[in-house]
Amino acid sequence: MTDPINVCLEKKAPFDLPDSPTSVGWTRPQRVILAGSVNPLPLDCGVNLAPITVEFETYGNLAPAKDNAIFILHALSGDAHAAGWDSDWEKDSRPWRQNRPGWWDEAIGPGKAFDTSRYFIISVNILGSCYGTTGPWDTDPQTGNPYALNFPVVTVDDWVRLHLRVQDYFGIEKLLAVAGGSLGGQQALSWVINYPERVNAAIIFSASARLGAQGLAFNAVGRQAIFNDPYFNGGNYYGSKPPGEGLELARMLGHITYLSYESMEGKFGRRFQNGTQPCYRLNNEFSVESYLEHQGKSFVQRFDANSYLYLTRAMDYYDAASYGGGDLAAACAAIEAKLLLIAYTSDWLYPPASTRALAEAVIANNKPLSYIEIPSAYGHDAFLLETDRTAPLVSSFLEKV
Amino acid sequence: MKNGTRWDHNLIFELIEANSSVLDLGCGNGELLARLSGEKNVKGQAVEADPLYVAEAIRNGVAVYQKDLDYGLPEFNDKSYDYVILEKTLQQLRRPLPVLEEILRIGKTCIVSFPNFYYREVVNRLLQSGKMPVTGSLPYKWYDTPNIHLFTLADFLDWARDNAIIIVQGYAAEGANTRHLKLPDDHTAAEELLFVLQS
Repeated sequence: MTDPINVCLEKKAPFDLPDSPTSVGWTRPQRVILAGSVNPLPLDCGVNLAPITVEFETYGNLAPAKDNAIFILHALSGDAHAAGWDSDWEKDSRPWRQNRPGWWDEAIGPGKAFDTSRYFIISVNILGSCYGTTGPWDTDPQTGNPYALNFPVVTVDDWVRLHLRVQDYFGIEKLLAVAGGSLGGQQALSWVINYPERVNAAIIFSASARLGAQGLAFNAVGRQAIFNDPYFNGGNYYGSKPPGEGLELARMLGHITYLSYESMEGKFGRRFQNGTQPCYRLNNEFSVESYLEHQGKSFVQRFDANSYLYLTRAMDYYDAASYGGGDLAAACAAIEAKLLLIAYTSDWLYPPASTRALAEAVIANNKPLSYIEIPSAYGHDAFLLETDRTAPLVSSFLEKV
Repeated sequence: MKNGTRWDHNLIFELIEANSSVLDLGCGNGELLARLSGEKNVKGQAVEADPLYVAEAIRNGVAVYQKDLDYGLPEFNDKSYDYVILEKTLQQLRRPLPVLEEILRIGKTCIVSFPNFYYREVVNRLLQSGKMPVTGSLPYKWYDTPNIHLFTLADFLDWARDNAIIIVQGYAAEGANTRHLKLPDDHTAAEELLFVLQS
């Protein structure tokens, strides 16, 4: 969900540098083709998609018994680069990775929550994204042009179906755990409900069984901003000027939903951008305005507008109750994995009450679970920012799996 | 929050059969369930309202569900646990009676413990000082006590009789001394009480 760049700006402590004993060090993305004409990936929308390239990264070592693997699942704007420092940033034209580590570096590394001296971490970019896994900007083999809006509509379940091919690629019968926040948490939930025989545990942060109407509404407005950009051109903007202003607006709007009343008061309050007096102008007067604009502009440098359309739609569609014919408790009957659900009090995108509803559905099946509501002012972003508080919970939980 | 000593902790540990399922309500740091699952292979679920305790319980390896019992427990199925434990929590609830009804619905057997407000030491202090008594099992001042529904053994027995609750066992404790409940002596001799109940 959250822009890794933004999160890094907010970090209190300096990053772990590549030579730090708690950093996974230099990393390198790997790419593998996991769907071809003989084994296309069946999607929920009915399309059999091929070819599909998957970009992933791994940290730590897979044990000979292959029993220590954990999938880290990223959110809306994330990528496979979850930890460490990308040695290929220049080759892959990803300059935003030059001066900062992966998006969950605080949680992944030797001695950290996801301890890479014990666990083998796999992080995969989701289908439809723009960080190495096949998405709208890739070439459609049927036309020789970028898919653009001919890319099929993808869902959270499609992502997990593809992730399973990554699991098979490593020959891992059963994962120790899957873990993610926000849209990543929903992938984890899809995994434990649909493939109980393939995973032992799930840690779900800042997520629930479904996005509420308020979240659907924000996503709709974000997409409208992109659609209405004069350069959108029905999604066919590759090779020309992209719909940057639309994407920027969508990101600004989305970003507000990742913060909270308290965190915005604390970070910006009513401060003016310049000095202490109003300038009596309409643009860029308050510091919160220029902050959002900065967020929007930096996002445009690293994200594809068409991907934004597809991924927010996947987020909209996801409803775990659908596995139970609309009954969430019936859906949760399939869960065998141990669960740790973590909600944050000021999250209003996936509010604690929505995570609690998921917990109740699990309990209604007489299945044990852990559910905690952590008091935090960081809103939806808390799962990225409160790692100091969650690390001991995550490591204790993983130890007992 | 817990009051006083852990005599009931040890007793509950003894009372619960190996390989059973246990729901521990108001579990604190989860120590009891951790012990039960480690030493008696109990399948356990804990419930706790305070996120600091919930975090400790997770660190102790317990499956713990953060919830305020006063909101009810409708998500738990009828007779879905062999035992439901309510350890020195009843007197802290805003609505103790609905919670008692709920635990009897959810548990095949329930274990409830509480401080006895008619314990002679408590009554003596109240009468002698004219102030709210502060004792080993009621270690709080009036203004910071979590105990908002203090009651006596007789009150509890009235409730059990009026609701046709089966008292399977009763235990009393005074300081470090634990024994089977003895009536009528324990109305005033028991500092804390523990009952095994069925509906």
